[in-house]
Amino acid sequence: MREITYLEAVREAMSQEMRQNDDVFLLGEDIGVYGGAFGVTRGMIEEFGPERIRNTPISEAAIAGGAVGAAVTGMRPIVELQFSDFITIAMDQLVNQAAKLRYMFGGKGKVPLVVRTPAGSGTGAAAQHSQSLEAWMAHIPGLKVVQPSTAYDVKGLLKAAIDDDNPVIFYEHKLLYKTKCHVPEELYSIPLGKADIKRAGKDVTIVATAIMVHRALEAAAELAKEGIEAEVVDPRTLVPLDEETIVQSVKKTGRVVIVHEAVKRGGFGGEIASIIAESEAFDYLDAPIKRLGGLPVPIPYNPLLEKAAVPQVADIIAAVKDTLRFR
Amino acid sequence: MLETLKIPAPISEEKLVSLYKQMWLIRYFDEKVDQFFAKGLIHGTTHLCVGQEASAAGAIAVIRDTDKITSTHRGHGHCIAKGADVNKMMAELFGRATGYCKGKGGSMHIADLDKGNLGANGIVGGGIPLAVGAALTSKMKKLGYVVLCFFGDGASNEGSFHESLNLASIWQLPVVFICENNQYGMSGSVKEMTRVENIADRAVAYGIPGQVIDGNDMLEVMNAVYAAAEHARAGKGPVLIEAKTYRWKGHSKSDAKKYRTREEEEEWRKRDPIKRFKNVLIEAKVLTEEQADLLQEEARLEIEQAVEFAETSPQPPIDSLLEDVYA
Repeated sequence: MREITYLEAVREAMSQEMRQNDDVFLLGEDIGVYGGAFGVTRGMIEEFGPERIRNTPISEAAIAGGAVGAAVTGMRPIVELQFSDFITIAMDQLVNQAAKLRYMFGGKGKVPLVVRTPAGSGTGAAAQHSQSLEAWMAHIPGLKVVQPSTAYDVKGLLKAAIDDDNPVIFYEHKLLYKTKCHVPEELYSIPLGKADIKRAGKDVTIVATAIMVHRALEAAAELAKEGIEAEVVDPRTLVPLDEETIVQSVKKTGRVVIVHEAVKRGGFGGEIASIIAESEAFDYLDAPIKRLGGLPVPIPYNPLLEKAAVPQVADIIAAVKDTLRFR
Repeated sequence: MLETLKIPAPISEEKLVSLYKQMWLIRYFDEKVDQFFAKGLIHGTTHLCVGQEASAAGAIAVIRDTDKITSTHRGHGHCIAKGADVNKMMAELFGRATGYCKGKGGSMHIADLDKGNLGANGIVGGGIPLAVGAALTSKMKKLGYVVLCFFGDGASNEGSFHESLNLASIWQLPVVFICENNQYGMSGSVKEMTRVENIADRAVAYGIPGQVIDGNDMLEVMNAVYAAAEHARAGKGPVLIEAKTYRWKGHSKSDAKKYRTREEEEEWRKRDPIKRFKNVLIEAKVLTEEQADLLQEEARLEIEQAVEFAETSPQPPIDSLLEDVYA
């Protein structure tokens, strides 16, 4: 079985789509001969040329807005936003334009746009290059939000995002770029709004996103040594959200820990917790819903501090054990 | 006759005459909207372009049906000039199901994608990147259309203006940027808010041609925009045109106009673009006084009918609320 990295899976999905659809093109900063800040687009300008791999000036508003204008007139642009923190500079075009055009126009027009952007901490890039702002985007009706955790998921979800007729914010986690798994060579699609149970278990549900899926799996492996069987649910997409899979898992286990890297206050975990509390799963809960998220600080530079700012494997293990105190 | 008018665009005498009527249609539309707001019969807010009819009607008269426009919050004139149905426009302002946006957009969000109108915009400068993107589609798909991008003097101080003009210039995109300088961004006088004498002077910064024109002179508008559009269509890149004009009314419905004098307003009313165009047409013997009166009356009646259409149109069904958020 062929294994490729998460980064290669992003590139492969884009390249395969571009080979079969002339309307798909890329624009972003340093995506040409440089190959993108993380090397995702390396080699693509050689295959597709500068017309379809459009190297842009450092102009996030014009990149995002230009992509919206191209999308609404018949193209299927993929924006590479160099760091997800820079979404702040593209915000008007994504939130006020891309997300709302169709609705404001009374159902006329489509905005088939993908904004791919690396998120998360762990690279020592400090406060302005390490954030996880997905909850902001999930709050906006009209946008879809995707957070893949594996190379397999990246490829299938990216194809679905490119094929979608709506603006999709596609969060790639920097620390996952080098992770590998089996990825089929042919193009395939994973529907947006379908969660994946990354590990089955009966004692506790861990709902985790992006890098936290991997930490949750590590935690689950540790817990298994003590006879605790954790089920790890990866929503994969926040909008649309597969509420059913989460609710069913919690009904089965009666306990839930929700973990994401984004700051806990106002984070998407609060939304998931509320959905569980409002659902039929509430009656099945044997312990309070537990949330883990980033501490309410900008991401610091020092590696020890940086690590302490976001949930680690030990935190997840402790949280699971905490929920198991309730009988 | 036409030769004495020195119009390079393929514009017939009939077209000139119809433009005279169109200017009245724009004026009566906004005068009517003003009345209805004053009476509280239309809610929300609106921005009227009374006094600015020439920059909308003149510019759009010399482009092709297949060309596109992006508009502003002060966009009723652009919309009518691009061929919109005034019934559907008025119905939209009344919030009715028969409106352009099924009552969901209102004054600031009327679009008519089928006619190449990519929409008014509630965000100052928000439409400028969209125009660049639409022009990118034209270039990439070799569609041959040009985009007229309307914005005001206020928008020229937005970052999106700078990013978009630079991007359109380096990619040599077919956009004509038309700054309708009506002297005020809400209460901010252009003299206070910029240090350059002309906004068109900023074209130098992007390596594109810039031109100042009398925005209340139909012929000057037509000549300049036609030349710019053909320049852009020929692949020579964008042009920045600054049309000096004046809005007779306040910024929006609640404006006491404390920031300008009645004398200044009176000065500009003497440069009424409709009257000036009429005089030119009569002098060139393209139009008689009687015909002019007749056309003006026709326009008035069409707006009366639009009001009737709007008033008798149904409210949108409540269950349409959630429709069209996603494609």
